[in-house]
Amino acid sequence: MSADAEIRLRLGKSLLRFNTCGSVDDGKSTLIGRLLYESKALYDDQLAALEADSKRVGTRPGELDFALLLDGLSAEREQGITIDVAYRFFSTARRNFIVADTPGHEQYTRNMVTGASTADLSVILVDARKGVLTQTRRHTFLVSLLGIRHVVLAVNKMDLVDHSQAVFTQIEEEYRKFAAELGLPTITCIPVSAVNGDNILQPSPATPWYRGPTLMALLDNVEVDQTRLVEQPLRLPVQWVNRPSADFRGFAGTIVAGRLRKGDAIRVQPAGRLGRVARIVTYDGDLEEAVAGQSISITLDDEIDISRGDLIVAANQPAEVADQFDATVVWMNESPLLPGRSYLLKIGTKTVTATVSPLKYKINVNNLQHLAAATLELNEIGVGTLQLDRDIPFDPYRVNRDTGGFILIDRTSNDTVAAGMLHFALRRAQNVHWQALDVNRAARSAIKGQRACVLWYTGLSGAGKSTIANLVDKKLHSLKRHTYLLDGDNVRHGLNKDLGFTDADRVENIRRIAEVAKLMLDAGLIVSTAFISPFRAERQMARGLLAKGEFIEIFVDTPLGIAEGRDPKGLYKKARRGDLKNFTGIDSPYEAPENPELRIDTTRTSPEEAAEIIVTYLQERGSFDPD
Amino acid sequence: MAVAPARTPGLGCAKDALASSVARSRRVPLVAKRVFIPVAMPLSHLQRLEAESIQIMREVLAETDKPVMLYSIGKDSSVMLHLARKAFFPAPPPFPLLHVDTTWKFRDMYAMRDRVAAEAGMDLIVHVNPEALAQGVNPFTHGSAVHTDLWKTQGLKQALDRYGFDAAFGGGRRDEEKSRAKERVLSFRTAQHRWDPKNQRPELWRLYNTRKHKGQSIRVFPLSNWTELDVWQYIYLEKIPIVPLYLSRVRPVVERDGALIMVDDDRMPLRPGEKPMMRKVRFRTLGCYPLTGAVESSAETLAEIIVEMIATRTSEREGRVIDHDAGASMEMKKQDGYF
Repeated sequence: MSADAEIRLRLGKSLLRFNTCGSVDDGKSTLIGRLLYESKALYDDQLAALEADSKRVGTRPGELDFALLLDGLSAEREQGITIDVAYRFFSTARRNFIVADTPGHEQYTRNMVTGASTADLSVILVDARKGVLTQTRRHTFLVSLLGIRHVVLAVNKMDLVDHSQAVFTQIEEEYRKFAAELGLPTITCIPVSAVNGDNILQPSPATPWYRGPTLMALLDNVEVDQTRLVEQPLRLPVQWVNRPSADFRGFAGTIVAGRLRKGDAIRVQPAGRLGRVARIVTYDGDLEEAVAGQSISITLDDEIDISRGDLIVAANQPAEVADQFDATVVWMNESPLLPGRSYLLKIGTKTVTATVSPLKYKINVNNLQHLAAATLELNEIGVGTLQLDRDIPFDPYRVNRDTGGFILIDRTSNDTVAAGMLHFALRRAQNVHWQALDVNRAARSAIKGQRACVLWYTGLSGAGKSTIANLVDKKLHSLKRHTYLLDGDNVRHGLNKDLGFTDADRVENIRRIAEVAKLMLDAGLIVSTAFISPFRAERQMARGLLAKGEFIEIFVDTPLGIAEGRDPKGLYKKARRGDLKNFTGIDSPYEAPENPELRIDTTRTSPEEAAEIIVTYLQERGSFDPD
Repeated sequence: MAVAPARTPGLGCAKDALASSVARSRRVPLVAKRVFIPVAMPLSHLQRLEAESIQIMREVLAETDKPVMLYSIGKDSSVMLHLARKAFFPAPPPFPLLHVDTTWKFRDMYAMRDRVAAEAGMDLIVHVNPEALAQGVNPFTHGSAVHTDLWKTQGLKQALDRYGFDAAFGGGRRDEEKSRAKERVLSFRTAQHRWDPKNQRPELWRLYNTRKHKGQSIRVFPLSNWTELDVWQYIYLEKIPIVPLYLSRVRPVVERDGALIMVDDDRMPLRPGEKPMMRKVRFRTLGCYPLTGAVESSAETLAEIIVEMIATRTSEREGRVIDHDAGASMEMKKQDGYF
């Protein structure tokens, strides 16, 4: 065969992505090492290094320890376990494979969910001697949660149970019963020995009773998810608008479902505008058709307003649009979920803000029980209501991972704190129509001769927030301005008397205050709020509720030592004695503002001077008409 | 009903498909000019890798302020650049190329560099670490570790800081090395360019969280899921220009510490008894010539390289002198800011 012909044969190969999961000693890494070895994906020098490593730190004297191929990071080598997601590559005559090795260690749900999110298939390992364990159930649950359609139960270490059919059958039956409860579509159980290679590439003579496919044969033939997606209605999230010149306006993106042809009628969501595909543009020339999985650019017949984050769909088969959802959330961060806190939500190419509220329950991943929960900790999974700040188009996650899967990002740490799946829209949002009143904020402000705004005071307990806010309120009143001051006395005793001082309650406390302030602002008032409001994220949330320029953050900056020295209410003393828990500055953090509109240094400025500065600031920015 | 076969981006062509079927019926050997991939799904693995890389590049462009593409003139860089041209077509890639030069690259590489940037319609920034230049750092007197650190690691950091790039595309692949296998597509670095393997963001689906703190930057690896063989097949299929050093020719080499080192210019001091020999060699990776081992090979064409690779029994990094230390060396270099 000529070189050209030999290469050409390989170019039509498809790609299958799968992940492996199992408990620490089930032989996961060994199995992948075996697959790499059998498919000749290991080079001589890698084998030589493996031999040397096996002698040095291997767990099976005198034999190749395939697990060492995968435990890449030096920190992990010492512990002898895999603690992250590692990707490996091998190929057969038919297919190329990408394997995500995801660890089975108790605390790493996060990694497994990550590895499984892109997989077409999951291989779940059990030790034939141990059978279906709690961890097997957990892995299976996660795999079903991630919407993986093909599951292989690899019953490993068959050599250690004398290749017993009875043992295998018992495990298979038990597993299928459990998997049926989860509604997993396709399950194949294979008896293997990763160490010896039984039923990996070739059917093993040691298990003549097994008639099913070998692991490699199954991997070679199973349906790839991308194929299924082509048959769905078109979904194309707009990733980037390409405008190299005045006469070209292309919309670039990766098709995540369906197919797209020149001349097709499309709809742009969430707005719903209609258009028609003029060209499918690529570097290699225009296409007649493109399908799910391809990254392309299109142009439309008419100029319609489209930007990044919009979803282009088949005109007659649009996605649902909603701003409130029933969703599953997998928490992936050390800081727990705070219901009511606003997080950034990224879905497709769109980023919006979202709160999880209320959280309905969390799921015990070991027995699938629902437990009441106020929050989610690292690696916990919950179901709740997701509220967004605006409408988005979506499909249920089980239909499409790309239009139904999302991540949550903490606005302060920038961490990806959670992954989630949208299940269905909650209708409430569409039934409550905000009444557009003719007497609006501008009208109400104007009649008072002022521009409504919120003065948001933040600082430690005893910093002087209330003192300064009261002085400002008096000054404004004497200037005949219409004001209102929200502080602990009138809020904690009424509206928020059901809230304590845990982080979650503090978040909810501030959320309510922000909403009340917004209503008062709407009434045309100059509103002051004097609360510690320790977290940046909530102050950011409050700022986000208001229009630009309406939120004036005033940082009453007093060092902890001085505030504690003043201790007007004796609270610091109590906190130091341990009689008062979660006290800001003592055992609960205060996150100072990074860019406040005003910063008052109380070590240099008296409350009277501070009030003068603030009123002058308001006058200068035109918050009220001069008398 | 018959559906007209689709052309898929760059990887298939309806017209050529017809030509191919005609050719086949006449028993004329096929020409590997354009390979037809039928509309029947699934997409080929190269089509999917291409689509994924393009998606990553567009996402980073859309969400960062000042991206740059690292261009090392090697095969991976060439593929990455080609993908960038596809991603933003018909616009040229909307960012510059950055070559962190060590002054010790092969002469053929310098020749290629300037031509390629001009063809892509992109600005090319060449950064040479002025301290390394002043000290005349070279692999012979300073050793490969110091050489690599000063020219490459420190040079890269200087360049990124100087121009204020907040995202840098690199051609790293997960199949290259163990610590790369676990790196994310988006790898966040502190303002000091340090990598913290224990504190990486989870990457799910096709969703990338590009938010960063002030001073942080992102190293982006659009070729994460490509293998060495994928890269070569794609170069073949897309006819991407490569440095001729990848093809086997008779070249002057010396055998040194078990590696074949090409004597590319007269700056290379010969050890006592060393005499350049003419051998038919090629390179699987390209870097600084004194640190890059050649392999003896008869593969004179791209197709022959690929066939050789399919049969090969050694990994590409074997020829790299700088990787030949303790198992965790790459990880240590990366923590220190190496790409």
